[in-house]
Order: sequence, then C-alpha cells, then structure tokens
Amino acid sequence: MILCKVLGPVVSTEKHPAFARLKLLVVQPIDEKGADAGKSFLAVDRAVQAGEGDTVLVLREGTGIRQLFGVPLTGKLPIRSCIVGVVDQVSA
Amino acid sequence: MYLARVVGTVVAETKYEGLAAQKLLLVQPVDHQRNPNGGLEVAVDTVRAGPGDLVFLVGSREAALALEPSFVPVDAAIVGIVDSV
Repeated sequence: MILCKVLGPVVSTEKHPAFARLKLLVVQPIDEKGADAGKSFLAVDRAVQAGEGDTVLVLREGTGIRQLFGVPLTGKLPIRSCIVGVVDQVSA
Repeated sequence: MYLARVVGTVVAETKYEGLAAQKLLLVQPVDHQRNPNGGLEVAVDTVRAGPGDLVFLVGSREAALALEPSFVPVDAAIVGIVDSV
C-alpha cells in the first residue's frame, strides 16, 4: 500500500457497471513529509468516506481488491486501486 | 486507474483472435489538471468513447477483466467517460 493525498472527486455517468455507486477520487502519492512522490492516479473509495485533502492508504493490487469486494478471485472486477484507510498520523 | 484524453483511433487488420471485436483508441494519459502525464497508449474501449473525450482507464491485468466474456489480451481498457474532476 502507499500513502496518498486525496485531490478531489471524479464524476462519470457513462462507466463500466463495476464502478456503479462507487466513489472515484484522484489521489496523489506522497512521501512521509507530505511532499508529492510520483504521478497522480484514480482510486475507488468504497467504505472509508475519504475527502479532499485527506491522507489515505491506497491498495494497488487487483486480487486483493477482488477479495475485499467479495468477488471470487477468478471473478471479473476491473478495479486496480482502492482506498483502504484514512491516515491520522505518520512518523518517520 | 488513471485519467486520459482520447486523441485518436487505431485500426489493426491483423490481430490476435481475442482482439477481433474490440475498438482500439489512442489515449494520452493526463493528470487531474489535464496536463500530459506519460506517453501515449493504445486502449480498448468499453464505454463508446470518442476522440476528445476525457476518460478513465484501468491498466494491467484488470484491463482484461473489463471485457466480456472471453479473454482479451490487453493491458489498458477505457472504463468510464469523465464529466468533471
């Protein structure tokens, strides 16, 4: 998992059915000091209700996400990154 | 997953069997401010996107999972048209 900062929501009406009712956010990878560390990308937020400016924990592994979503591991879920926690504090 | 702008279409007459019925588009990955973010990619379309559209894609193994029902050998699939960011 990586640390990211939530930049904001993505609104999309025409999308693959797997994304129905899921919140989609732009996230920016950051380092332990909060500085940008890599390219921004999109992650779904299914359960943690993260908002703009939050530091979050992002899982970027499709098989883990299929398990998290209760889809059979051989099932079809075209989602690769998911927010799995809101970070309160990082010390390094 | 990531954002991209559709910049063109790709036609390939000879291709692997699984790709036969798929529409291929040329996309430029962009960041949330629409600035180019990496090199051009060829992606399969699942949402009837067209040139000029801002879209979001899923990459790697999960791209093939966006396509039904049989295996399609792709590593990028357009899975949504973006209204706003």
